[in-house]
Amino acid sequence: MNNVIPNTLRNGPDGRGRFGEFGGRFVAETLMPLILELETAYEAAKADPSFQAELDYYLKHYVGRPSPLWFAERLTRELGGAKVYFKRDELNHTGAHKINNCLGQILLARRMGKTRIIAETGAGQHGVATATVCALFGLPCTVYMGAVDVERQKPNVFRMKLLGAEVVPVSSGAATLKDAMNDAMRDWVANVNDTFYIIGTAAGPHPYPAMVRDFQCVIGVEAKAQMLEAEGRLPDVAVAAIGGGSNAIGLFHPFLDDASVRLIGVEAAGHGLDTDEHAASLSRGRPGVLHGNLTYLLQNDDGQILEAHSISAGLDYPGIGPEHSWLHDIGRVEYVAATDKEALAAFQLCTRTEGIIPALEPSHALAHVAKIAPTMGSEDIILMNLCGRGDKDIFAVAKHLGVEL
Amino acid sequence: MSRIAGVFAALKAQGRAALIPFVEAYDPNRETSLTLLHGMAENGADIIEIGMPFTDPMADGPTIQAAGRRGLLAGASLHGVLGLVREFRRSNNHTPLVMMGYLNPILSYGVAKFCTDAAEAGIDGLIVVDLPTEEADLLLPDAAANGLDVIRLIAPTTSNERLPLVLAGSSGFVYYVSITGITGTRTASAADLARDIPRIRAVTDLPIAVGFGVRTPEQAAVVAQHADGAIVASALIETLNRENVAAVLRDVKALSEGINGARKEAA
Repeated sequence: MNNVIPNTLRNGPDGRGRFGEFGGRFVAETLMPLILELETAYEAAKADPSFQAELDYYLKHYVGRPSPLWFAERLTRELGGAKVYFKRDELNHTGAHKINNCLGQILLARRMGKTRIIAETGAGQHGVATATVCALFGLPCTVYMGAVDVERQKPNVFRMKLLGAEVVPVSSGAATLKDAMNDAMRDWVANVNDTFYIIGTAAGPHPYPAMVRDFQCVIGVEAKAQMLEAEGRLPDVAVAAIGGGSNAIGLFHPFLDDASVRLIGVEAAGHGLDTDEHAASLSRGRPGVLHGNLTYLLQNDDGQILEAHSISAGLDYPGIGPEHSWLHDIGRVEYVAATDKEALAAFQLCTRTEGIIPALEPSHALAHVAKIAPTMGSEDIILMNLCGRGDKDIFAVAKHLGVEL
Repeated sequence: MSRIAGVFAALKAQGRAALIPFVEAYDPNRETSLTLLHGMAENGADIIEIGMPFTDPMADGPTIQAAGRRGLLAGASLHGVLGLVREFRRSNNHTPLVMMGYLNPILSYGVAKFCTDAAEAGIDGLIVVDLPTEEADLLLPDAAANGLDVIRLIAPTTSNERLPLVLAGSSGFVYYVSITGITGTRTASAADLARDIPRIRAVTDLPIAVGFGVRTPEQAAVVAQHADGAIVASALIETLNRENVAAVLRDVKALSEGINGARKEAA
């Protein structure tokens, strides 16, 4: 029999958790049996219709999905080119896309009989989302957060505490997201029996990159159907910001096999790609191993990991999810960058023209949209993932604009 | 016979367990590390573990994290550490050296070139913390081609079914991580070891050394009664940081005496 295997970019990772050469399971032996147990449990859950049904229930009634697709008309007019649509994941409960993944993982943790949840967080969005689902299901929650981020994201720290989570400030390294992840892994190694680690981005050891992607794909699946309904066709370009890359992979993955759709990921260029202060691991990094996966990393000539910088705490990470590394190398997704200044300008543009205060993370995506929309025709369509709202960022933005609150 | 196998064979003949102290390279500077390597060899160390600092040591507790940071500040690099080993080997050709570290600096150096250079410098074995057996094909061929032992970590979470898989391709000795946790925190009890060591013995003839949480001569003696070697790291780093090189060597000597006494009692 002639078994025709469809030519798809969507069937990764392979049995070793690799997307091309990227991904894998680079963890200490103590964690390895846990990673394997998680993989088995996740595969079983995926195959169980009642798991998806339970997740769908919470996504609809608790998160408020589907999130709307919004034609940003005034912004479109102001930019003077392609029609710009926002996928409004900032309207989710807790104000960002992070909760899509947290719900999936906590339902899995419950299936596995785990009784304690840990997480890392950068901007605090993933920490808040994790603390939220822990409150919902009555599980104790410990969130590791870089001490620098604790300082610059005070509202989210307070939210997590209100939700009943213990927030542990991490002062090792540069005291940001990377260091928070190190300490979360250390906690997990020490509490292997009862603890489930909810990783917030599409990185880490297999099966996390695939699992987080699957839980975030609801973004792209909904957007695709909504776009067909609104315009009767797919967008010409889809744009998303990239830190670890979970909102971007969630938007892109359902479009990977649609060759007509250009996919653009926007990294944080910080003070500029040619300075030492940015978070652009694909544009300026090279492959290496950190936090359990082989992927593009910011590192020095000796293989020591460099500190990332971005105005956005959520993009301030020296690595990127392994599937993005692969999509970069095969050229399916273009990866560009936007600076702190460009993101700040886009933040204000969006607020002024659409009455939507975006988070600084999607402001990076919008900065790129603002660059390309004017170069495109009025019949062209750009779809952008507005993956978080900016309430948490107003203090940081005020500071950068020289305003005292 | 490799230097590591030779040491364990000789110790077995004497009915003794190995003392394996740890030096974090370049903590707080290169000269101190070189002095410690020589001093430990002269004060009862049978094998020495040399730590290659890494910015993100995920399996390590606060003590080794801090030591690694001091090492990196003092300019530690893989090239530098191999140079340090070369210098040590000029006057010590008998004490086996095991390099412990994380994968990324090795990847960055180039796996094949690293294995060639490490063997040439005088390294005998490698412990790569974040390279589990599932990913080890990345290192094993080059290590074997250069006669480097690849020492595997076994944890309390490693099931009996998994043990043979983890030990495939390993040589030198087996490193038993005696607690679920990071380095230098908890300590395994004699009862834990009496339960855990035999299940490893059942599947390998390699010597078994115990690390993570071994701090005092008394604890080292307990380990020596059950296993073939005791690895001591965080406690010595703390001594160095609090006191000085002489104090570390005093502790190494005491640990060595603890281990020697243990086997006599057991016999």
